[in-house]
Amino acid sequence: MAERVLTRNFDRPDGHTLAGYQALGGYQALRRSFEMGREAIAAEVKKSNLRGLGGAGFPTGTKWGFIPKERKGPVYLVVNADEGEPGTFKDRYLLEQDPHALIEGMLIAAYAIGCATSFIYIRGEYVRPWRIFTRAVEEAEGAGLLGANILGSGFDHRIVVHRGAGAYICGEETGLLSSLEGKKGWPKIKPPFPAIKGAFGQPTIVNNVETLCCLPPIISRGGEWFASLGTKTQGGTRMFSVSGHVQRPGVYELPVSVTLRSLIEEHAGGMRPGRTLKGVVPGGSSAAILTAAEIDVTMDVDGLRNAGTMAGSAGVIVMDDTTCIPEALYVVARFYAHESCGQCTPCRECTGWIYKIAGRILHGKGVPQDPDTIVDVAQRGTGTTICAFYDGAIGPYISYVEKFRAEFDHHIRHGDCDVRPGRPVSAPAH
Amino acid sequence: MSAVSFSPAQLAEVRRLQALYPERRAALLPVLRLAQETFGYIAPEVETYVAELFELSPAHVHEVVTFYTLFFQAPVGRHVVAVCHNLTCSLLGAEDILAHLQARLGIEAGETTPDGRVTLLRVECLCACEVGPMMQVDDEYVGPLTRDRVDRVLEDLR
Repeated sequence: MAERVLTRNFDRPDGHTLAGYQALGGYQALRRSFEMGREAIAAEVKKSNLRGLGGAGFPTGTKWGFIPKERKGPVYLVVNADEGEPGTFKDRYLLEQDPHALIEGMLIAAYAIGCATSFIYIRGEYVRPWRIFTRAVEEAEGAGLLGANILGSGFDHRIVVHRGAGAYICGEETGLLSSLEGKKGWPKIKPPFPAIKGAFGQPTIVNNVETLCCLPPIISRGGEWFASLGTKTQGGTRMFSVSGHVQRPGVYELPVSVTLRSLIEEHAGGMRPGRTLKGVVPGGSSAAILTAAEIDVTMDVDGLRNAGTMAGSAGVIVMDDTTCIPEALYVVARFYAHESCGQCTPCRECTGWIYKIAGRILHGKGVPQDPDTIVDVAQRGTGTTICAFYDGAIGPYISYVEKFRAEFDHHIRHGDCDVRPGRPVSAPAH
Repeated sequence: MSAVSFSPAQLAEVRRLQALYPERRAALLPVLRLAQETFGYIAPEVETYVAELFELSPAHVHEVVTFYTLFFQAPVGRHVVAVCHNLTCSLLGAEDILAHLQARLGIEAGETTPDGRVTLLRVECLCACEVGPMMQVDDEYVGPLTRDRVDRVLEDLR
């Protein structure tokens, strides 16, 4: 059994309390950070090969390094807890079961980048995670772990807990910053990157919940140890959210070098009885689908990129042979059409068109050129938009059609499904 | 809704929220949440009132309110039942759950029961796919759902 780094405290019933966290050695990494000093922390994080675990996989140490050395005014740390990528639920587990690990990680990061105020943006629907995390912040404040002169270090820090209001695009870091500033969540053109000009116009580091939770173990046990858990280009373990047609859906923390086959067959208990694998989305709904023949891949950022898909948020959605892929595409296309923020014309229009085309195929009104049209429309929008939303959407658009073309053609030719003939199909959009 | 105004305690809370951020506009989402909890939904006159508290244009507040799914622009029922219809939940039978809820409540998704008890919504991924098919009932996540479990949940909603 592989070592658990991020979920190490999950088995302890009081692990979410300050007493429980401290009983397990909590906040010792923070003390050590203060002894090490800022530059040594940053060096350790670089050594760890930690890569952002929210979706983009950007090296965390490198991101911190973009903050200008010469500057006036404050630097902000913003925690992206706007978990929203379909198929992903690991940040919810961390917020609920190990909130102090996140607070400690935030403090280490804040100290390293010289930040006095951090903001955590929690998705609005996450009421229970918000309550538990807020309680943990209050505990930390009461214990002098937040506030002025923390642990006698001379370092001051406060955490502002901010709640979203329902919008997938606010998980995109610049959309999140717009939303934090009291606006609709429209992404901003980069450059300038947030590390140069972010929240309230100040240098800002936006890090994901799970990424920050890696920091206490990195400081306690060293960057080299953390790096050794993973691959050459990505250190550590990762929390895989596995859902869909498996026997044991849930969160599995494993080294990023685990194969998709092992994750599905060994850890998640394999397929439901009598069923076979049809396809799997390995990194949240924006990742291209892999067929049953393509699951001998490692789950690290580069391994999945080489397989033509992406590690994304590590949300693994498993589909067995009862799945109608045109219906799956319809559901996914409905999502992207609904969540496109409307700022960039190619994204706003293409997501709507593809949703309509996927709908008519599913409902038996498709025309023979529709699958080609989906691929064509999808490709035309690539690289034309402010943020990565649309480039994410084309992952499923193109891969579902190209890898399961026969299913789409069957729907168009027969006006019905070959997987589940005559069944009722999904209702229209909300 | 004639007199739209917060209580003195709520106004103090508004000022506290505004002071948390380098720019007070950043408190707009939290204050709109407070407004919705107080007035039930965000009517145009509530937008105007909140805009005054921030010295923002009502148009800005309207733009924000209409952007986010958790702000309601019309009255909702005493309970809001939001069923996820995204990929995992759909693979696991979300449409059957929705059909059952619609039949039991006698309304379509997006509507409120005539007695004002329940508003039924379709929503995108709530990020609890491990318990799919699932829904959010007011503040709580509920899943995995079966028709029987849905019936039990509905019985508890008064």
